[in-house]
Amino acid sequence: MVDVNDEGYLENANQWTKEVAAAIAKENNLELTDKHYHVLDFLRERVAKGEALTIRSVGKSGIVDIKGFYELFPGAPLKLATKIAGIKKPLSCV
Amino acid sequence: MYAALVMANGAVMEGIETKVFFTFFGLDAITKKQMSSLHTASVGNPAMRMPGGLPFPTLLGVLPGVEAGVSKMMRAEMEKLDIPTVPEFLEMITAGGGEIYACKLAMDMFKLKKSDLSDEVKDVLTVGQFYELCGGQGTQIIFT
Repeated sequence: MVDVNDEGYLENANQWTKEVAAAIAKENNLELTDKHYHVLDFLRERVAKGEALTIRSVGKSGIVDIKGFYELFPGAPLKLATKIAGIKKPLSCV
Repeated sequence: MYAALVMANGAVMEGIETKVFFTFFGLDAITKKQMSSLHTASVGNPAMRMPGGLPFPTLLGVLPGVEAGVSKMMRAEMEKLDIPTVPEFLEMITAGGGEIYACKLAMDMFKLKKSDLSDEVKDVLTVGQFYELCGGQGTQIIFT
């Protein structure tokens, strides 16, 4: 069991595991591949370093380009990916 | 210009269907020749401030080199905040499924051809054709 807030974001980032990620993804009708996990790792590392998250930074990560990011996490990719990555909803405008 | 790009890209990021229509001077943002060298107006720009926040004297804005300097400073500040350049913004919007259109009347007026425009531009439309694309229920039209 993990604690989530009203919007489904993890309350405690330490409760995150790959299995938790897969479960949140499934609730959002998404099956995670290695590529998804690479992106999730990237987002978690960036947040751990205290850096802001933007779609642009994902596009420059070398893992996926921006189009690929939208394909991996359809709809609102940054919101969805951070939810699955067990990190806070980003406050970024870009 | 940036207001439109930030709002359009922000909508795309939220998974909202987004179409942007560029007209008149806005065409500079999607014209290959101009889009990478847009300037911040140093005259008649009510948001202009000196570093530190004091008002920017209008007469200072007309001096040679001031506009270039101001524009350079803006670009540096924007890069710090991870704000994309105009061409990159257009790519981000289309990468997320947003669509970019140019105004036919303004194109005629400035004697521009479709080939003068960024490859991200989907089509050249009349304002009526653009509004037809906006006919769905719940559509909102935002002017910036």
